[in-house]
Amino acid sequence: MPQEQEQKKAQKKAGGGAEAEAGQVQASKKGEKLKEEMDEILDEIDSVLEENAEEFIKSYVQKGGE
Amino acid sequence: MALPKVIGTETEYGIAAVGAPDFNPVLASSLLINTYAGALRRIRWDYEQESPLRDARGFEPVQVREPTEEDMGLANVILSNGARYYVDHAHPEYSTPECANPRELVVHDKAGERILERSLLEVDRILPPRQRLNIYKNNTDGKGNSYGTHENYLVDRQTPFGRIVRDLTPFFVSRQVFTGAGKLGFEATWDDSRSPAFQLTQRADFFEAEVGLETTLKRPIINTRDEPHADPDKYRRLHVIIGDANMCEVATYLKLGTTALVLKMIEDEFLPDLTLLGPVAALHEVSRDISCTTHIRLADGRRLSAVQLQWEYLEHAKKYVQQEDAGPGHAELLVRWEAVLSALEDDPLSLHRELDWVAKYRLLDGYRERDGLEWSDPKLRLIDLQYHDVRRDKGLYYRLEKSGKVERLTTDGEIERAVTEPPEDTRAYFRGQCISRYQDAIAAASWDSMIFDTGQEALQRIPMREPLRGTAAHVADLLERSPDPTTLIDLLQG
Repeated sequence: MPQEQEQKKAQKKAGGGAEAEAGQVQASKKGEKLKEEMDEILDEIDSVLEENAEEFIKSYVQKGGE
Repeated sequence: MALPKVIGTETEYGIAAVGAPDFNPVLASSLLINTYAGALRRIRWDYEQESPLRDARGFEPVQVREPTEEDMGLANVILSNGARYYVDHAHPEYSTPECANPRELVVHDKAGERILERSLLEVDRILPPRQRLNIYKNNTDGKGNSYGTHENYLVDRQTPFGRIVRDLTPFFVSRQVFTGAGKLGFEATWDDSRSPAFQLTQRADFFEAEVGLETTLKRPIINTRDEPHADPDKYRRLHVIIGDANMCEVATYLKLGTTALVLKMIEDEFLPDLTLLGPVAALHEVSRDISCTTHIRLADGRRLSAVQLQWEYLEHAKKYVQQEDAGPGHAELLVRWEAVLSALEDDPLSLHRELDWVAKYRLLDGYRERDGLEWSDPKLRLIDLQYHDVRRDKGLYYRLEKSGKVERLTTDGEIERAVTEPPEDTRAYFRGQCISRYQDAIAAASWDSMIFDTGQEALQRIPMREPLRGTAAHVADLLERSPDPTTLIDLLQG
């Protein structure tokens, strides 16, 4: 593993007290944003997904190739 | 000194007919291609130099060749961008023109998706109401049937094939951590678990051998097809069958770029022996571990994760680029390779903007969690499939791309240009330009020839045995001075 990597990991492990708490608040905000973003993506999938998934998947058969 | 790496991909697309369960995929593929190709259908493929059963290890072909698709009158066309678009068994297949660097290859690989999408739109107009075709850029139907996405690399005939096998096998086993397109479920014939779990690659389940000529059963990690489509005394075309079909541009770029650089190091004897114990089993283990931490065993006694093994290749590549070959684009490639390996080590799931398996896993896991689904739910399998749909309004990869959730390396403008125009820095330039300029006078063409019919008694065959000749730098001026094919042939022969 290159040194840069180890340093990054060491930095992650270090830090504490107020800084760590601030980090947590930030992390949870980031988490919320990620979740919102994810919900948007999933709604979008719902709007384009082929109908009748079970039947669709069952009928998708590919024979031959290469 | 290693050869410049001329590269290309061949993608067999999955094809389905919605509303017509008894459709014939061979004829449907042919219809799709012919509808797109229009007048280009007339130009035949020149098979003279083809020998897919010749073996790189030196064995002679032992099987009689089956009738080709051409014999059966199926579509097989050469496009003005230098690509080949044809029916391969029961699939539409797109072979990119030869490219001189991985970024250009990404552009042309994407142009293939656009050509398939456009073909669908055109064929839609002639299909009966309530019937349509769907096309998927993936590698499996989820029921044990796989189709390929092959990569091709120009390599030096002098490089012993045994060294390619030794140094490339551990690379192929470990590169799955960034080349995988992701798949729900296990399909290996030896595996009775029928587990619905997610794995990194579409293809690993279908590989059972280390080295061999086969592409459809007992597939080998290293394929030995020896069909150079170029001067056979100087070149091999390494035919790589183990990769997945990638939608993510970063994944395609890394897959082709890193493999080309590793091949250069092999040609220059730059790599140490990283032989694995049991590479086929290791291939499956790596694919089935989304934490990317499973350790695989090396013959030298070490146990390394796939990511650690990739670091070994990367460290050598850095030295190689510094000491031997500061080729254009290498610095950029190394930076990207390192960034992805670092992220894979820290948190693989952070790579959802770069890698297909991560982007897909994130969709599946999010959907599963929101709706409380089992991993075996057909809806999840549908998401796995529809991720690869080439239609930009339906394909889930494209929905992500549209909302800026995957990283681009190209622009839509570049891709659109590549739908009709060849790369400028390989012989594909000459091929593509001839198709655009002298279409009516071309009787046949192939990777390494153009055959003109200029009305004289004999056809004129122009050999193209050098993949890096016939570039814009070589022939643009000549083409400009040739208003007709007779002048071109005179100038070429004069």
